[in-house]
Amino acid sequence: MNETEAVPVPAPAEVEENYLSAGHTVRSWLLTTDHKRIGLLYLFSIIFFFAIAAVAAAIMRLELLTPPGDLVLSATYNKLFTLHGVIMVWFFLIPSIPNVLGNFLIPMMIGARDVAFPKLNLLSWYLFMAGGLLALHAIIVGGVDTGWTFYTPYSSRYSNTHTVEMALGIFLSGFASILTGLNFIITVHEMRAPGLTWFRLPLFIWSHYATSLILVLATPVLAITLLLMMLERIWGLGIFDPRLGGDPVLFQHLFWFYSHPAVYIMILPSMAVVSELIPCFSRKRIFGYKFIAFASMAIAVLGFVVWGHHMFVSGQSVYAGMIFSILSFIVAIPSGIKVFNWTATLHRGSISFETPMLYALGFIGLFSLGGLTGLFLAALAVDVHVTDTYFVVAHFHYIMVGGTVLAFMGGIHFWWPKITGRMYPEKLGQLAALVTFIGFNLTFFPQFVMGYLGMPRRYHAYAPEFQIYHVLSTAGATILGVGYLLPVIYLLWSLRHGKKAGANPWGATGLEWQTPSPPPVHNFAEVPRVTGEPYDYSPQEEEKKAEDDHA
Amino acid sequence: MRFPLFPDQASTLAPKVDELYFGLTLLSAIMMAIIFLPMLYFLYKYRRGNKVDRSPLRIPLWKIEVTWTVIPLLIVFGFYTWAADIFFDQERPPAEAMDITVIGKQWMWKIQHPEGNREINELHVPTGRAVRLIMTSQDVIHSFFLPAFRVKQDVLPGRYVTEWFQPTKVGTYHLFCAEYCGTSHSGMVGHVIVMEPADYEEWLRVGKPAETMAQSGERLFRELGCSGCHMGNSQIRAPRLEGLFGKPVPLADGQIVMADEKYIRDSILLPQSQIAAGYAPVMPTFAGHISEEELLQLLLYIKSLGLKQPEETR
Repeated sequence: MNETEAVPVPAPAEVEENYLSAGHTVRSWLLTTDHKRIGLLYLFSIIFFFAIAAVAAAIMRLELLTPPGDLVLSATYNKLFTLHGVIMVWFFLIPSIPNVLGNFLIPMMIGARDVAFPKLNLLSWYLFMAGGLLALHAIIVGGVDTGWTFYTPYSSRYSNTHTVEMALGIFLSGFASILTGLNFIITVHEMRAPGLTWFRLPLFIWSHYATSLILVLATPVLAITLLLMMLERIWGLGIFDPRLGGDPVLFQHLFWFYSHPAVYIMILPSMAVVSELIPCFSRKRIFGYKFIAFASMAIAVLGFVVWGHHMFVSGQSVYAGMIFSILSFIVAIPSGIKVFNWTATLHRGSISFETPMLYALGFIGLFSLGGLTGLFLAALAVDVHVTDTYFVVAHFHYIMVGGTVLAFMGGIHFWWPKITGRMYPEKLGQLAALVTFIGFNLTFFPQFVMGYLGMPRRYHAYAPEFQIYHVLSTAGATILGVGYLLPVIYLLWSLRHGKKAGANPWGATGLEWQTPSPPPVHNFAEVPRVTGEPYDYSPQEEEKKAEDDHA
Repeated sequence: MRFPLFPDQASTLAPKVDELYFGLTLLSAIMMAIIFLPMLYFLYKYRRGNKVDRSPLRIPLWKIEVTWTVIPLLIVFGFYTWAADIFFDQERPPAEAMDITVIGKQWMWKIQHPEGNREINELHVPTGRAVRLIMTSQDVIHSFFLPAFRVKQDVLPGRYVTEWFQPTKVGTYHLFCAEYCGTSHSGMVGHVIVMEPADYEEWLRVGKPAETMAQSGERLFRELGCSGCHMGNSQIRAPRLEGLFGKPVPLADGQIVMADEKYIRDSILLPQSQIAAGYAPVMPTFAGHISEEELLQLLLYIKSLGLKQPEETR
């Protein structure tokens, strides 16, 4: 536990007003500037969007049970995968960990009362919701069929759907990202508690700092790209359409210049979560702290120079392809360093297997497989064959679902007692983690095989030899659905019936655990003072305690 | 239901790509073992309550970190070289390759052989010869994907791209559009039919149309009035096209460009963009007056002239 000279006064939690009991009106939520409440606003919003996009996925998986397109029309199918992609990427994955857990935890972890700009933080949520509702409106009035990638000239000339409105929704939500990123960067620089030097920061902060840099630097490029696409569609400004003298490949360069770093916006925060969970449940100081911290920064920087690996068959030059290939191989290294360090942390620990730990271990497994299949895609000759097939679909779902969603679930379970003051039911939690892991693998592993076999992505109907893999995948998706539903039910149940958590149910280090659960409005009764290193766990002491408990 | 694991290997490239794929699969399996065997062992051995030594290790951290940074780095450099080597060859068609033209449009593939034979969503090719596809799109981006050959290339509007392969095994294989192109994207599929060379010749002969592509191009060359300036004793000076194709062309601005497919295409559609040295910029554009199909026929005609020598230098 971090040594603190000024331990908050242990006032009885019932008496002191916490951030939840501070106001019960709708107004007290919608006009809040409390980072914790804004985190929760984000939580409700992204779960709402996740549910919509998940239903789209379910319909697609049902359609794909049989080779001919028989459940929905091809036009509908195309709108479904566009909806699934757009909503999952911009309205679930990107805000998932940073805007929910990051918002809630960053100020608490650094001993601050709030983020640097609380009003901007609230504005970020409003922009996000405005963008999300605009996107949703575009879906309700007819949908969009371009795929989440909006490739030109299809999106800017040929599609007859609500491209502009959807793009505008994403454009708006981008500003939410930028504001959040900006807020985090300044908060970490300016608002750390006395004694909390950079190398005493939890790795959660390091990873979110790296994420914020990407949010601030990459998102404007997305805004520009979508704006140009919209201008071309509305006014026929020739940028990307060859008929107007434009270059369609330019769109891909701009789009991936944002969208590849965006992958790291999704994965760095999940690494942030895992770096907290592994030391806590193995009661061991994290192995290679500085190497993990710098690996996060290396990923953020290298992530900006690998976008061309999405374009090996796009018609870009052979030499560009070769450069992007080597850089893409190199970007795998810092991720590898993290996986090795997490594994080494387990060595000589005192390991227990509560739900967050199961998610964290599941994350390492799925993220490793996702990362290793990334090498297949960096390898030019293999990529030519598998790009735009289900191999790619499987790969990025291993990273985004196997990685980000599992880490998000692990994080939600870990900090649930802090957020709500209640424990979730442990056995059910472990069961849900297991069901999710099994369902996930059954859904997505067969997609690697059918991808190499040649099954193209975004196909509404397909050749019969691929069917067995689609059937397995749909079966897996059903199990995965159960894995998602279970936590929704028992977490809601726990709000009323869960055990009272206390300030620090996991015996974790970190400043957020040294204040009552749920935390008071201003997080800490007194500003904490940090004198030690993070992750000050001792496996030996833990064993002694376990023995005493038995005796 | 069957459980196929790999597509047919029907081109010279396919076994090379598969070897690399197996190599990467083996690497992944080894890496997973290196990460997860120790992990599972740690999880079991150091579970809480198990009586084992938990005192911290005394090995310098940096040695461990450098080891698991440098070794993987060397391994990925190795795989990079392997993959890039195959790719580089794959991007350079051999000089003796036969050309076949492909036009993608929502939602079909239109193919024409130099002999003039046309097909839709089918591509007949012989074994044992390198085939080079010259491709373009009439509308959005498509992608010409032949899984049995392990080749794929996005087909772009407004420019030519190429893709080549050498079929090795007689049979009928999938042709897919791999770049999402709109409503019937998944219907933009067909077959590549690989035949013995003699059967292919026979197939060409049976379906033989009145004109080869170059002959159609020659007819267009006259009908569109190209021949008025580019041939014979014209009043207006324009570059002669015999012996042009595949040669360097000096431009008025001092640059030198290669007279390849792109150059011919641009010269017809955007004649003012590259002016051959010594000529006035008087050629009108043919953009909007000529279809992609006709453009390819003209191209093949001009290409066929490339084999001839200009009369002046004879």
